[in-house]
Amino acid sequence: MSLLEVENLRITFPTRTGPAEVVRGVNFTLGHERLAIVGESGSGKSQTGRAILGLTPQPGQATADRLSFDGTDLRSLSARNWRRLRGTRMSMVMQDPKFSLNPVMPVGKQLMEPLTTHGTPKREAKRRALEMLEAVQMRDPERVFRAYPHELSGGMGQRAMIAMMLVSEPDLLIADEPTSALDVTIQIEVLRILDRLVADRGMGLIFISHDLRLVSSFCDRVLVMYAGRVVEELNAADLHKAQHPYTQGLLNCLPQIDEDRHPLPTLDRDAAWAG
Amino acid sequence: MAAQTIRGRRGALWTRKAASVLGTVAITFLGLLFVTFLIGRVVPVDPVLSVVGDRATQAQYDAAYRALGLDKSLIEQFWIWLTKVFQGDLGTSNLTTRPITQDIARVFPATLELATVSIIIGTVVGIPLGVWSAVRQGRPIDHIVRVIGLVGYSAPVFWLGLMGLLLFYFKLDLISGPGRVDIAYEYSFTPKTGLFLIDTATQGAWDAFGNVLSHIILPASLLGYLSLAYISRMTRSFMLNELAQEYITTARVKGVPEWRIIWVQAMRNAAVPLVTVVALSYANLLEGSVLTETVFAWPGLGMYLTNSLQNADMNAVLGGTLVIGAIFVGLNMFSDLLYTLLDARTRKRS
Repeated sequence: MSLLEVENLRITFPTRTGPAEVVRGVNFTLGHERLAIVGESGSGKSQTGRAILGLTPQPGQATADRLSFDGTDLRSLSARNWRRLRGTRMSMVMQDPKFSLNPVMPVGKQLMEPLTTHGTPKREAKRRALEMLEAVQMRDPERVFRAYPHELSGGMGQRAMIAMMLVSEPDLLIADEPTSALDVTIQIEVLRILDRLVADRGMGLIFISHDLRLVSSFCDRVLVMYAGRVVEELNAADLHKAQHPYTQGLLNCLPQIDEDRHPLPTLDRDAAWAG
Repeated sequence: MAAQTIRGRRGALWTRKAASVLGTVAITFLGLLFVTFLIGRVVPVDPVLSVVGDRATQAQYDAAYRALGLDKSLIEQFWIWLTKVFQGDLGTSNLTTRPITQDIARVFPATLELATVSIIIGTVVGIPLGVWSAVRQGRPIDHIVRVIGLVGYSAPVFWLGLMGLLLFYFKLDLISGPGRVDIAYEYSFTPKTGLFLIDTATQGAWDAFGNVLSHIILPASLLGYLSLAYISRMTRSFMLNELAQEYITTARVKGVPEWRIIWVQAMRNAAVPLVTVVALSYANLLEGSVLTETVFAWPGLGMYLTNSLQNADMNAVLGGTLVIGAIFVGLNMFSDLLYTLLDARTRKRS
């Protein structure tokens, strides 16, 4: 059975000029695999990720014909059951550790929270938090545990964030542009750590990004989103077989070292794709 | 081992911060003394006349002039005043003929007691109201809280005070009227601290305690309401700002219950600027509200200062101003230190 099934997911936000649908009928299933969702800003990829966690920001509304996680129907879940699911079985790594960590709480305390909130004793939670910090290759876990977020570098912060989201060993991890705020050199390092942890634990991963190449190098499948719809679904290995002109455009706009690409082609956007 | 070093360093940082705050306070206080002194000398009031009266002979006038030290240079006068201030001598009041320090020791506790009860009401009610209104942004409760705040902001305090007295004292007879305590109870306890609620409670004079309470409750609620208006508005805006941050989403992803997200995660951040808001509201109350004190015949600092000013009693005015200035400086220092405790980012590193 697949871990996550999404059928006809729609997300609307009321605006002054009437409701705006930002996700318009997204379908996919996810097993214990690594799925990438790629698209430009505003394509609805982040909102798709948040809707799966039941965190569509107010006053937005998410509806679906089917939204089930390991056999549980997520659509009719009570707030209490949502909380039980989040932090224990599904979690999310966000873009920038500068904003996604609470600035006035020591890192260790935040790391223990997914465990203590759901009833793990403090001592046990601390042990596991320290283990997890070691697993994301922190050199001095004890020191990081006591540090405040502003005392960590961006790369360290994001590794702490990953540790925090994996400490409760969830079945599903959503990574929403987890490396976009980091330096290029650190991106690869953080990705490698994330990749290994996900592979070792055999969890499902949804990797949201705008970088098609980056994503295809370590995901199994790629969903390409445009204007709230999935326009193409591909195996990562078959990226060169992409049919949709938007996907081809995304692939083509990368500069290549041995070719003269002057001027760099711009992305075509056809209103028909959105329809 | 490593942990201990970090804790040790944090302790050292805190000491250094405290030292630097104290240094700043010393300089600020010296500036305050100088400005206060200057204001006292430039106001067009002849202190000699208020001592000897306008029928004094020239010889008497000159004698008083020299006795007051007005023949010396301004710097010399400031130095003399300064040394006296540091010896705890603020001079004598022309009006009451008592040392200013004694006068202030008499009137200040009245203001302190009223201000403290008021700020407790303002904080205990204002912060939850602000949080509630932020969490329910745009819903009816938010509008109600904002209207309550707006009324508190704009209604004149003397009018609210008179209406309160009319309704609760005169019509409903629920509370006691103006003053701090009824004469019947005035001698049933010794005013050791001058804070009547504490004096009566520690001396077990519970009847008097009830009477003091029934006197303070209306003016304190009124001043509490005014600070509540400000505190709830600020709390609301700080909380709205914090609740929109990414770390709130992180907490939700972790499955943290909503009450903890609001009162622990967001509040710990909102508390940092709130400390200043509450401290400044308290300082404002400690200044003594002239209007409230007049309406309720409350023998506090505000009334004392107004009286002194109207009678050109410059020593008393200077003394009072100094006390108020010291309160402002002290509360600012206190909120600065609280900042470093609440927010690790403000701890300066060497």
